[in-house]
Amino acid sequence: MHSDAYTFRFAAIVTIICSVLLAGAATLLKPRQVENQKLDMRKNILIAVHIKPEQGRSFSRKQINKLFAKYIREYVVNREGQTVKGIHPDNLNPEKEKNLFPLYKKIDNGKVTAYIIPVSGKGLWSTIYGYLALKPDCNTIEGITFYRSGETPGLGAEISKKWFSDNFIGKKILDKEGKLVSITVIKGKVADKCTPEEALHSVDGVSGATLTGRGVTRFLKSELEKYEPFFKKVRVNQGGA
Amino acid sequence: MAEVELQEAVVKPREKMFSKKNMRVLKEPLMDNNPITFQVLGICSTLAVTVQVRTALVMSLAVMFVVTLSNVAVSLLRKYIPSKIRIIVELAVIATLVILVDQILKAYLFDISKQLSVFVGLIITNCIIMGRAEAFALQNSPWPSFLDGLGNALGYGWILMTISTFRELLGSGSFFGLHIIPHSWYAAGYENMGLMVLAPGAFILLGLLVWVQRTLTKTVHE
Repeated sequence: MHSDAYTFRFAAIVTIICSVLLAGAATLLKPRQVENQKLDMRKNILIAVHIKPEQGRSFSRKQINKLFAKYIREYVVNREGQTVKGIHPDNLNPEKEKNLFPLYKKIDNGKVTAYIIPVSGKGLWSTIYGYLALKPDCNTIEGITFYRSGETPGLGAEISKKWFSDNFIGKKILDKEGKLVSITVIKGKVADKCTPEEALHSVDGVSGATLTGRGVTRFLKSELEKYEPFFKKVRVNQGGA
Repeated sequence: MAEVELQEAVVKPREKMFSKKNMRVLKEPLMDNNPITFQVLGICSTLAVTVQVRTALVMSLAVMFVVTLSNVAVSLLRKYIPSKIRIIVELAVIATLVILVDQILKAYLFDISKQLSVFVGLIITNCIIMGRAEAFALQNSPWPSFLDGLGNALGYGWILMTISTFRELLGSGSFFGLHIIPHSWYAAGYENMGLMVLAPGAFILLGLLVWVQRTLTKTVHE
């Protein structure tokens, strides 16, 4: 039988060895992990606006960076809807700067063909991250991706599947009067439950994941509200032109 | 079989390394004492990561890494671990290894680590690993413990690979992400079995495997 002092000493040594190992590994691998996350974000921005890798290629490191540089321009906007110069979206700290938001534009032959905003918020268990792309009218949804969540696999995590994000394409975020109504994830199928007017602002829910859907509805609205001043300006400019 | 006998003959003078006893330690968990189909451990991850062959393979390799190294580490420490805190020490060793695997996957196999999501972290709670440390490594020297860990990981791995092969083939018509079922079949009315993508499909397959295995080895639990 070992003495209590020995037990304590042994526990301390094991703890120290384990923590040194883990701290070392975490520090060494951190730069690569951060880079992977950034690549994953870029990839999902591309997916949100339906940019596919070049013929016969997959989304490799090189492809992602190349396509991103070709099609996507990065901006920062504030709550008043003005573009803020001199700040890169990657350097934004959402904790500190609550009034600055990243915004991405898809450029095709010198023309803006989509506005992309990051959307994130609470689902049922976890924070969900995604990108929402709007057509140049700042009303119709071009595409959406949900790329990171810790929702229940098979239920809430279904939101990252293609069928769910395809649901959103072509839906409108404004009602007839031009008021922001965002998109509602309903319980069940849009075809069975909604009037034609509602159907424009609703998408099919995932069965068994009502609460995840509610979370998505809630954070889509709050994220879109943040960008509404900016989108309003774009709409006004287009109306004038 | 033949290979085993050959190896035995070669190393006979030194006995130990591949002795009959050691080989039994390695082989038993593959079939007669399989951690999944006989001991019915590690079911959660078996159901969760077997939708695709690729994730199942990475999961099997991750478990192999953890269980062999944790067995060796616990076995090396077995004379020094105070019995009062042995389970905590085992868990600390296992948790450290699992977090290492998780970090490495995040750095080098990002997409797969996203698909495996929480299940890599949950290797910590995989009863197979804890069970082997407690039941085997604490009483045996490092080499047999290594073999025991390897055997159990292989036993776990082949069940995962079998189930995931069926699930991916029947559920998505592909294998390792490559589409296999020809398009003409779909045109002729063939449909992917949606059930196979969901957890009940895995349960049914696992049940069938347990049945086959127990019929072969003629073991019955009362």
